[in-house]
Amino acid sequence: MARYIVRRLLLAIPVLIGASFLIFAMVFALPGDPIRALGGDRPISPAVQQELRDRYNLDDPLLVQYGKYVGNLAQGDLGTDFSGRPVSDILERSALVTVKLALVALAFEAIFGLLAGVLAGIRQKSFFDNLVLVTTTLIVSIPVFVLGFLAQYALGLRLGIFPIAGVADGFKGYILPGFVLAALSLAYVARLTRTSLVENLRNDYVRTARAKGLSPATVVGKHTLRNSLIPVVTFLGADLGTLLSGAVVTEGIFNIPGLGRAVFQAIQTQEGTVVVGIVTLFVFVYIFFNLVVDVLYAALDPRIRYE
Amino acid sequence: MRVSASLLALALAATACGGGGGGEGEDVSSDEGQSGGTFSMYIGEPENPLIPSNTSETEGGQVVDALFTGLVTYDADSSEQQMDGVAESIESEDSKTWTIKLKDWTFHDGTPVTSDSFLQAWNFAALSTNAQGNSYFFGNVEGYDDLQAEEGKEPAGTELSGLNKVDDKTFEVTLKEPFRQYPITLGYSAFYPLPESFFADKAAQDAFGKKPNGNGPFKADTELVPGQGITLSRFEDYPEDKAKADSVEIKIYTEVNTAYTDVQGGQLDIVDTIPPDAISTAPDEFGDRYIERPSSSFQYMGFPTYDPRFADPKVRQAFSMAVDRKGITEAIFNGTRQPAYSAISPVVDGHREDACKYCEYKPDEAKALLEQTDFDTSKPVDLWFNAGAGHDEWVQAVGNNLRDNLGVTYKLQGGLQFAEYLPKADDKGFTGPFRLGWAMDYPSPQNYLEPLYSTGALPPNGSNTAFYSNPEFDKLVKEGNTAEDNDEAVTKYQEAEDVLLEDMPIMPMFFGLVQGVHSDKVSNVKINAFTRVVLEDVTVNQ
Repeated sequence: MARYIVRRLLLAIPVLIGASFLIFAMVFALPGDPIRALGGDRPISPAVQQELRDRYNLDDPLLVQYGKYVGNLAQGDLGTDFSGRPVSDILERSALVTVKLALVALAFEAIFGLLAGVLAGIRQKSFFDNLVLVTTTLIVSIPVFVLGFLAQYALGLRLGIFPIAGVADGFKGYILPGFVLAALSLAYVARLTRTSLVENLRNDYVRTARAKGLSPATVVGKHTLRNSLIPVVTFLGADLGTLLSGAVVTEGIFNIPGLGRAVFQAIQTQEGTVVVGIVTLFVFVYIFFNLVVDVLYAALDPRIRYE
Repeated sequence: MRVSASLLALALAATACGGGGGGEGEDVSSDEGQSGGTFSMYIGEPENPLIPSNTSETEGGQVVDALFTGLVTYDADSSEQQMDGVAESIESEDSKTWTIKLKDWTFHDGTPVTSDSFLQAWNFAALSTNAQGNSYFFGNVEGYDDLQAEEGKEPAGTELSGLNKVDDKTFEVTLKEPFRQYPITLGYSAFYPLPESFFADKAAQDAFGKKPNGNGPFKADTELVPGQGITLSRFEDYPEDKAKADSVEIKIYTEVNTAYTDVQGGQLDIVDTIPPDAISTAPDEFGDRYIERPSSSFQYMGFPTYDPRFADPKVRQAFSMAVDRKGITEAIFNGTRQPAYSAISPVVDGHREDACKYCEYKPDEAKALLEQTDFDTSKPVDLWFNAGAGHDEWVQAVGNNLRDNLGVTYKLQGGLQFAEYLPKADDKGFTGPFRLGWAMDYPSPQNYLEPLYSTGALPPNGSNTAFYSNPEFDKLVKEGNTAEDNDEAVTKYQEAEDVLLEDMPIMPMFFGLVQGVHSDKVSNVKINAFTRVVLEDVTVNQ
């Protein structure tokens, strides 16, 4: 097991280097002159523009720029944005916020998604099953920003239950955006859990367990759910990566200073070093959670073994 | 289930530590009815650290203006220059060498504001290797060119030779050319003083950028946290009118929609921008808590005078007369702009309502005039604007006007982001009329003329992207700059404007309006022509 994990982690290194180079090249290929745009309608004096270009190596060819970037990276220096703020500061600050938001969202998915899925699965064709079917279909079909504004308007402004925006109120400020962020995946988790459970309930070993006279709770909870969770865990694991990177819209609506927002702004202003720093972090998170999911398989299904 | 339960526990643990902050800071100890209390204010994310010489945009500018006071200040309503800044007097015999005397002021930490506070700050700002965005404001000071490094070289000097310290409270500025209205410019953030401690090292400057030690009506209580904001409190030793409120919490929002909703919900007190969808309902909803006033912004469409097709002024005049500015502002902007019939904004002294005779909507005359030229109407006209900034609709309306009134077809060229659009402008890349905008640096008509249309402002040195050059115009601007007094200067600038609007290298389109709303917790909310809320005047209702 340990050898397997180490091997997977070592494999991540070339993936990270390749990914960061690709991102770097993409930002490099963006047309336009970010330094000229800094000034907007007003001019920036040519000498100042030159100074900034030199400072950020913008006149160098792609490979030289990337080489300098990696060279600095090797010394632990992630570079700075155009206004001189270290990228590591941006990462540190916004990652913490996004991680909290993602975990709240994941909790929503895991609790409500699984609960709805299990209940719908064991009571097929019941009213509750149909209710889950209808609500999840509805959620999947509503764009995230509509859901966000609706939640903000109804629960935040009209009813005043949750803060409308920001993270200053602590945990409370994360609930609404966390829910909105989770909504789509929550629907998937519920559907996935239901399908997987229904399928497994038809298996012979379940019939055997029932025939032995085990209580329905034991049959479902102990014998069926564990197997049924494998696809769900795969989904949740991959989704955590998505939650971390895909929060651009939600973070914008709820004014949450997280990674999604940071990367959005950085792309707009063509701040290559910031984009590369953040996206490489996303790639790493993705790789890491894939590994976690694979390891979890073994825990859920003893038949799966890694040498 | 075990998996998700432990993840939940982790989630709760992680979020629980994010609490704290955001307290209301109720202060009822104040015994004056008019002062005291705390309020909150919206800004967007500042682009740069809070260093005045590097802050030219509105978001950071809102904070910097509360933290610093320059040599002069501007009246919130009229934008007129006032002498309640640091300068005791600003005098000159010849409009070229200015003697500036200072009052006894201190920075927030108690160190005195001296001649060096200005001279060091200005040299720092002007030196190109410091890469300060406001560097070009010192371009009219003698010796500026020595501080501009050529590619791969060090600059020839590090101090402006035109700056000369007389004593701790007096210094002289020598300009390259006389400029009568020079004192008016000195209230802008580029000219704010910096304390000695700022210049210690890079680390000191980084720290300063997060939590400046200024000399303004408010001082910084906290560091500016990107994405969140900063808290300011009243500077008790401020020598002029002190801030009314005890403190102000400046909150950063990415979406102005969210900020507006927060004002509706009572969790934010002032927002100085209204989201487009709320423009029509805001005046009714907020009543006398809705504010509207002209801003300094100016939208225009430039003509590529370098393109043979647009070289004839008659063509440009015809185009301008064919455009129904009033109709466009009403149909598209919902009254959030006002049509421009001059090139000098209504917020500055010297504005004339109808300086531009070719800006009046006269479709028939336009057509007749165009027919006198050899303009080829069979070829479509390209209309340029930058993408993603909401210009599509009105530029298209301009195109429809041209099509209906002049019989020319048009092609919208709106695919370029600002970062591509601007270099194209500098590079004579436009093949037809192009949209651009301007917001003033200081309230002088000169600021609406010289940086935009003078020969000296041709790219890359300035924003004259129409590549207009007329010696007569340059001469009149210069005469305005060297005038005996302000009235004469204004007259000369107006004459220059007349020349400009006869040649029509650009057609004026709209002047900006700024709209905002506030909660019933605060009163006396004023937005100045720079579209900044005058924070020190805001009172909190107890």
